[in-house]
Amino acid sequence: MKQITIIDYGLGNLRSVQKGLEHAKASVNISIDPEDIENSDGVVLPGVGAFSDAMRNIEPFLDILYDYVESGKPLLGICLGHQMLMTNSEEGGMRDGLGFIPGNVVRFPHSKLKVPHMGWNSLHITQQHPIYEGIENDSYVYFVHSYYVSTDDGHTLASCEYGVEFAASVVNERGNVLGTQFHPEKSGEVGLRMLSNFVKMC
Amino acid sequence: MLTKRIIPCLDVTLDEAGGTVVKGVEFLDLRKAGDPVELAKRYNEQGADELVFLDITASHEGRDTMIDVIQRTANEVFIPLTVGGGIGSVERIREILRAGADKVSINTAAVKNPELVREGAQIFGSQCIVVAIDCKRNSDIENNPDKTLIELGDGSKVWYEVVVYGGRKRTGIDAVQWAKKVEELGAGEILLTSMDRDGTYDGFDLPITRKLSEELEIPIIASGGVGGPEHMQEGFVKGKADAGLAASIFHFGEYTVNDVKKHLREKNVPVRP
Repeated sequence: MKQITIIDYGLGNLRSVQKGLEHAKASVNISIDPEDIENSDGVVLPGVGAFSDAMRNIEPFLDILYDYVESGKPLLGICLGHQMLMTNSEEGGMRDGLGFIPGNVVRFPHSKLKVPHMGWNSLHITQQHPIYEGIENDSYVYFVHSYYVSTDDGHTLASCEYGVEFAASVVNERGNVLGTQFHPEKSGEVGLRMLSNFVKMC
Repeated sequence: MLTKRIIPCLDVTLDEAGGTVVKGVEFLDLRKAGDPVELAKRYNEQGADELVFLDITASHEGRDTMIDVIQRTANEVFIPLTVGGGIGSVERIREILRAGADKVSINTAAVKNPELVREGAQIFGSQCIVVAIDCKRNSDIENNPDKTLIELGDGSKVWYEVVVYGGRKRTGIDAVQWAKKVEELGAGEILLTSMDRDGTYDGFDLPITRKLSEELEIPIIASGGVGGPEHMQEGFVKGKADAGLAASIFHFGEYTVNDVKKHLREKNVPVRP
């Protein structure tokens, strides 16, 4: 059985991610102990709240997390976790991210559109990757965010349109660091399939 | 394209044996009719975009069993879940999110202590703080010069007053001003219920729904008065709501969530398949 660690560095609902991964027959550990990452087959970086708080809270995990990614094992960032994978974010003043994937996190421009971007929106899958195996183009997934990731096509797996076209899902060159702006654990059957694909990668 | 959300609401209470039941459900066989988790699964299968649980027990027993219901639901249903009813502290918010809810809905407690909205948003993020605003039309505009006047279909003008304790107590607070304030405090969404319409099957209160949708940057969930799919359509098109909430039409089995979505698709309102 694959051992997946969900990094618990903050607050909010981690139970749904856990149950979604267990649904895919993984053994899941919600952990506040950085040591747990070393022995994992896969790591999930969730996230709610503000970028700078999250970056501060994850500090104790950093060295082990960089080593872990270096080893080639898969890391999945969800929502704020997806944004944290990038070079930097303008949320609350310019802040450095984890830098696994080149790109920036910027706020939706003021317009007639509601912010946060909240609800079910369709995905345009732009690049094939094992995590999208069996997922149809234009599938609907659940988003809730006020900032979005801007990166190049090479690092984008799927995009989404909300006033602007943004990177709904990202990947690093090696293919082992993945991010989804949407919540797979809240995206019904489509999301469960993605979590199951992730477990298969581990 | 971002779709309009259809949200069934489940009023959860305790039966005589202390078990949790959903009020007013008539379409399932009796054995299952009351079980919130069964009902959540059923609505998920019907295509619900989110679910709202409202704890209407107002007792300590009820609060503990609610946590159990949230946990059991989160184990099986993978769409967003909002929980409301009697939430008055950061600790309670934490407990509910930990159990597997994605958002909490704060109503009376926000009016009594607006700082709870700010604190909740700061600690847990705006995305999980929904402020529920219950309001009633007030036609006394002469003695209320500072209120936001809204024109009704017949040309008359009213202001909308925030009410609390399930509509039993008026507050003198202007609903539009209050909504703007909670947006500033960090609310991520507004759940708007017009008590004039709640339970009537006459459709949403469109003037206030539209006003808030236009004035605020955060999404508005319209609630109160849905009697059929055409009311959802009105709420989205005329009321400009981002989501529509209903209870009875789904509980009585008159319409499934899919029936409502089929109607909306035919009228070119974008909904998730």
